[in-house]
Amino acid sequence: MTTRVGVIQFPGTNCELDVIHAMTQLGADASILWHGDPTVNGVDTVIVPGGFAHGDYLRTGAIARFSPVMQAVADFAASGGPVVGICNGFQILCEAGLLPGALQKNAGLKFLCEPAEIRVETSRSVLTNGAQVGQVLRVPINHFEGNYICDASTLAELQAEDRVVFRYVRNPNGALDDIAGVCNAARNVVGLMPHPERASDRLLGSQDGNVLLGSVLSACAKVS
Amino acid sequence: MADSLHVQLGMTDDEFEAVVAELGREPTHLELAMYSVMWSEHCSYKSSKPHLKRFPTDAPWVMVGPGEGAGVIDVGRDLAVAIRIESHNHPSAVEPYQGAATGVGGIIRDVFSMGARPIALMDPLRFGNLDDPRTRYIFEGVVSGISGYGNAVGVPTVGGEVVFDDCYRDNPLVNVFCLGLLNHDELQLAVAGAPGNLAVLLGSGTGRDGIGGASVLASAGFAEGSLDKRPSVQVGDPFEEKRLIEACLELYRRKLVVGVQDLGAAGLSCAASETAAKGGAGMDVDVARIVRREPKMTPVELLTSESQERMLAIVTPEQLDDVLEVAARWEVRASVVGLVTDTERFRVYDGRFDALGIPGKNPARPHGDNAEVLSSDSAPIADVPIGSLGDGPVYYRPLAVPDDLAERQADDPRGVLATKFADGVDLSAELLTLLATPTIADKTWVSRQYDHQLFLNTVVGPGSDAAVLRLKGTTKALAISTDGKARFCALDPRVGGALVVLEAARNVACAGAVPKALVNCLNFGNPEHPEIMWQFSEVVDGMSEACAALDLPVVGGNVSFYNESRGANIDPTPTVGVVGLIDDLKVIPPAAALRDGDAVLVLGATAPELGGSEWASVLHGLHAGVPPIADLEAAGRLLPFVAELANSGAVAGIHDVSDGGLAVAIAEMAIAGDVGVVIDLAGVPISEACSQAEILFSETSNRVVCSVSQLDVEVLLAAAVAAEIPAAVVGIAGGAEVSFGACANVGLVEATDVWRYAIERSLRR
Repeated sequence: MTTRVGVIQFPGTNCELDVIHAMTQLGADASILWHGDPTVNGVDTVIVPGGFAHGDYLRTGAIARFSPVMQAVADFAASGGPVVGICNGFQILCEAGLLPGALQKNAGLKFLCEPAEIRVETSRSVLTNGAQVGQVLRVPINHFEGNYICDASTLAELQAEDRVVFRYVRNPNGALDDIAGVCNAARNVVGLMPHPERASDRLLGSQDGNVLLGSVLSACAKVS
Repeated sequence: MADSLHVQLGMTDDEFEAVVAELGREPTHLELAMYSVMWSEHCSYKSSKPHLKRFPTDAPWVMVGPGEGAGVIDVGRDLAVAIRIESHNHPSAVEPYQGAATGVGGIIRDVFSMGARPIALMDPLRFGNLDDPRTRYIFEGVVSGISGYGNAVGVPTVGGEVVFDDCYRDNPLVNVFCLGLLNHDELQLAVAGAPGNLAVLLGSGTGRDGIGGASVLASAGFAEGSLDKRPSVQVGDPFEEKRLIEACLELYRRKLVVGVQDLGAAGLSCAASETAAKGGAGMDVDVARIVRREPKMTPVELLTSESQERMLAIVTPEQLDDVLEVAARWEVRASVVGLVTDTERFRVYDGRFDALGIPGKNPARPHGDNAEVLSSDSAPIADVPIGSLGDGPVYYRPLAVPDDLAERQADDPRGVLATKFADGVDLSAELLTLLATPTIADKTWVSRQYDHQLFLNTVVGPGSDAAVLRLKGTTKALAISTDGKARFCALDPRVGGALVVLEAARNVACAGAVPKALVNCLNFGNPEHPEIMWQFSEVVDGMSEACAALDLPVVGGNVSFYNESRGANIDPTPTVGVVGLIDDLKVIPPAAALRDGDAVLVLGATAPELGGSEWASVLHGLHAGVPPIADLEAAGRLLPFVAELANSGAVAGIHDVSDGGLAVAIAEMAIAGDVGVVIDLAGVPISEACSQAEILFSETSNRVVCSVSQLDVEVLLAAAVAAEIPAAVVGIAGGAEVSFGACANVGLVEATDVWRYAIERSLRR
């Protein structure tokens, strides 16, 4: 069976077509999930892509979490379904309480679109089951609010439970403990700031993102 | 005594008399306001029109030429590309962030009004010198505005230009270029179709921002107190525009619109009248149906407001429900504001029809202004022949060669510089200073604030000679470059105009592409000065000659006059955007970088041409002489050869020679490749005797540097000879120094440092 990937589109989302393209290249059947529909339509995995959902007005992700689809995503995640939030998607999953912490403005107070190197810190997540711990991947970042923050006890918990999924090799945005991505306790919900879909083709300068997107598809195979 | 109304609105007495003659009576306030914006320089091109006709605009692949929202060219496989460039200079001078942001928003609407999805932006920007605090404020504000709007609206900014020159201190140039992609059958035009069709206003509410922007801001120079013009600057909302893009693209996909036009300069007056005038129809507009942001707005304000993020769609009554449903789903406001008629009149009412566009008695008002209720038999508050608004005056303004031109041209900087920098003088410090000149230095500080990767098309992004975008689903790719070189145009506008075209074409060729179409943004001073009009006319001729020689059609453009402040005009600054096509992109095109161990090859001969060069002008303050020769025949030989080289994988690195000459081009390639280089100047092909300094810093056109495997050198040189292109190996990449023998020798680490951090250092001052 072809894996069915649902990519959520809020008004203001802009990376949905890119994620669909990259996932389709990997053999998945990827399609849009509209934010106003209270269902994930029986897909095998949900990706919350990057962009500016609801204009990022008020605060990144603050309005998006109230969209009808988000309750369905929470239910899907609670039942063990693989959910990945990329960039604005990570911010939304944090606002929705599916992931701990928050993303604040970059330490340099400037938007940053540039290549980043991230180190895989655990292979026990739906996004990294096909990667090696310690593997360094070249995946671009593209954000103004990518500076990860959480309280001390949450950080201790993330570290103790091996839930820091990625760290930056060179921290671009001031993120706490160089964190580029984290997962939930069940390890089926992952958020990261870098964009794996932007590293999905040799013509784009890196294919390292396919290791991650491919892991999601493998995770679906295991779940089903 | 206060000025009469038409003068306050920026009209001359003669223009006012022409309106009276057209109508056979005195115009109403509303009518006069509409004529004043539609007949403004910005909207009517009244000074430039007679000249613009001289551009070559035809080629078999041109689908839509100048005059529509954007030019459209066929790129094969049923795909087409829409391109457009515009200026937002004056708004950016007054309010840098919003000026630049709304410039981006406006150009995007031009492109998606053609049915295309906007997929790339480029911004040619020009500022004063960074040692001026206000310039730093403008520079940072403009970059933030482009970043803030462009990133959020979801169109990547894949390149551009940033130039610093004192002539732009009070009048920065913010030019914005946008490219969109569409299938042939998705092309949309601004037409009204049959009487009975409805004009639906989509997007933002109409507010008091940008009232008269076209006439007050864009069509007059700056004097003291120009900050008072701030209320004429519009405010952008990228989230509104993003929803508007998606809603419009869905409307097109579902074939729900007859025609569409964006609201830009002159607001609804322009969009509604132009759309109807094109089909020889008429239009009735009801201002009572316009969704507004604030109460008590007058009809004049509603018709001339330049509030952003608005589009006018022409739809049939049968499809209105579907249109409103799509708009509602995208949370885009939509209201019927106009009715297409067969009257050939543009009539404006305050209370005419209901929400479905059906004329009826006592229609309910859709907004909070529940003042008096008007009935449908109320008289129009404006009633003019529809074609007359877009048929403004044409001025054949006088031309005059500037008095001091001959003298300046005769004062070749070669003389002074030859005395100061005779052969044997160490030029290392000159090279380092050039690399640290903000115009030449690394622009990553700027480009990393822009999303340049969205849509997964960006094979080559900012910082190279040209951006390269793949066209997914095909083997094709586009190369895009924006360029301008005002100093050349100031010394000889005709030659300068041609050189700008050649440089952009050469940049595109360095990415392996064949140049296919050009759009230009012509930034000039006050057209009422005969010297400025002469510059303009000469630039048009020079560009036309170069475009004709390269078979490069001009598919669109924009004219920005009145770039003056405190009585001083800017240097004539035509900028161009050139799009080239790569038919078969297999690998990432060669970077502008050297590879360790490679031979360094120069194509094209160097002449001692220092007039207008960075070295003579910026480092030594010599704004005189003549620009380099624009050899169109040499360009005709070089460009296809270079495109083939870049595309065939024959070279590892390739770079156009421009600002700063050969020395800077080679140093930039060394920095990018993180490898030193040893050059022997005696090997550089020359067309006449040059000093060492002239070989290093002359800005002769038609030259390219390549990094080539030593095994391939002989074949490549033979091919160049066969193509009648001067070519020679001038050195080898390797080591830790950028060395031009005895005359200039700098460490790679130091060269990299000064080049990479020059802009950040200038800002931290």
